[in-house]
Amino acid sequence: MSTASSPTPRSGPGGADGLADAASVVVEGLHKSYGSLEVLKGISLSVGAGQVVCLIGPSGSGKSTLLRCVNLLETPQQGRITIGDFEVTDPEADVDRMRRHVGMVFQQFNLFPHLSVLENCTVAQLKVLKRDKAEAQRIARGNLERVGLAEKADSYPDQLSGGQQQRVAIARALSMDPALMLFDEPTSALDPETVGDVLAIMRNLAAEGMTMLVVTHEMEFARDVADKVVFMDGGVVVEEGPAAELIRHPREPRTQAFLSRVLNPTQVQAPER
Amino acid sequence: MAMTMHQRARLSRGIQYAVLILVALALIALADWPLLIDKVFNPEIAAQQFPGILVVALKNTLIYTLLGFVVGLTGGVVLALMKLSSVAPYRWLATLYIEFFRGVPALLVFLAFGYGIPLAFGFRFNHYVTVMIALGLVAAAYIAESLRAGLQAVPKGQYEAARSLGMSHARAMVTIVIPQALRIVLPPLTNEVILLTKDSSLVYLLGMGVGQYELTKYGREAISGAGAGLTPLVVAGVCYLIITVPLGILTRRFESKTDRMKKS
Repeated sequence: MSTASSPTPRSGPGGADGLADAASVVVEGLHKSYGSLEVLKGISLSVGAGQVVCLIGPSGSGKSTLLRCVNLLETPQQGRITIGDFEVTDPEADVDRMRRHVGMVFQQFNLFPHLSVLENCTVAQLKVLKRDKAEAQRIARGNLERVGLAEKADSYPDQLSGGQQQRVAIARALSMDPALMLFDEPTSALDPETVGDVLAIMRNLAAEGMTMLVVTHEMEFARDVADKVVFMDGGVVVEEGPAAELIRHPREPRTQAFLSRVLNPTQVQAPER
Repeated sequence: MAMTMHQRARLSRGIQYAVLILVALALIALADWPLLIDKVFNPEIAAQQFPGILVVALKNTLIYTLLGFVVGLTGGVVLALMKLSSVAPYRWLATLYIEFFRGVPALLVFLAFGYGIPLAFGFRFNHYVTVMIALGLVAAAYIAESLRAGLQAVPKGQYEAARSLGMSHARAMVTIVIPQALRIVLPPLTNEVILLTKDSSLVYLLGMGVGQYELTKYGREAISGAGAGLTPLVVAGVCYLIITVPLGILTRRFESKTDRMKKS
């Protein structure tokens, strides 16, 4: 990554606190409810620096909420989250400063439709990191190159396919030099034929040593790329373990039932509940 | 007698054309054309209105509209943000204001400012300030509702994406949400300017000097000049159209331009 060219020392979880490019994540005893509905019931979880952890589980199990708590898009009621040395849940924490270094990729892409692809990748560099325009554009073009869309720099988001939009969204996040990347079902809204391109980019990122926390239904990706897979259901972590092992030999009955449903979708199953 | 659907449709169209032509012919035959031209479309009297109706009346109408719009937009932005505030009393106040000024005739607001305030407090605002406040207060209520709808039409994911890139609340609003909202809001906002242009005719209630006449007042004064008939009002009406029709065209052009920018 091109951090060496950044003249100002970075702060927050990605920089001046003596952290390397990749930060670790530790979640302890996390609770989150909406009114009387308890979505997270005491989640603990850790992602080592440079590791890839995949969150799997049925819809409504709380995995997206957990992910959104990590960069405080949702505010947990209880528990502790730290990214590197930075305590996210500290009430005094500078949340904006933390988010500069935590990339997020959404299911619905959320590209800015009034900005070109290049501007999507430079706007936060300019307005948040205060980089100069030439440098921001150089970094943005580098990241667009990385996701294979350098020639789309001057297009607008709605001229791109879903898969291309998601790749731009990844380039946009990478342009901030994140120490951690959060992926919230990045391929769930995509046409099947474009899923592969997005997953390939994520594989490359993982290989380059990016810390990644990924909510996904792509079991093959989880098995091949993740260091660890966490299975959630009903707001709790049911089971976690090394990816290949958990997916091939789940211990818990709930994990087994879930995996047999997603791995053999054509097989007729008794309806849940 | 059996008719096919096609034949029936042709017959129906034929009848509609026939009615239209008959009515038009009847009007042409019954109207007293020399009188009509003399009293309503008199070219001589129309010519007399120029250049005064342009350099005084049209100019003043534009000034009153602009003054009202500046206050209306400023107030509208504040009210829209209040209405979306997480602090409940702000929301209540904004709702109260909007419901009141949308529900009361603009005429009444003009009367209140033109006569009520001088009576109650014993002082009088400057003419232009009174116009600005009276027009602006009403416009703010309508503009606030358009802006609120525009802001809410921007998907929540846009704000979340901006925040997740480290932008502050204010930065996310200014750089990401408001530019998108403005695009959505432009057509209703143009509509509001057109309404304001027409509401500016209420200024006559305040009483004013000759140099402050706007289009409607100017036309009315010209009528009371000897036997002018309605012609001055027709000219004033055309002047309103000179303002409002291009506004509509401009909006449509802007809309198709942003569409092209995004789709080409």
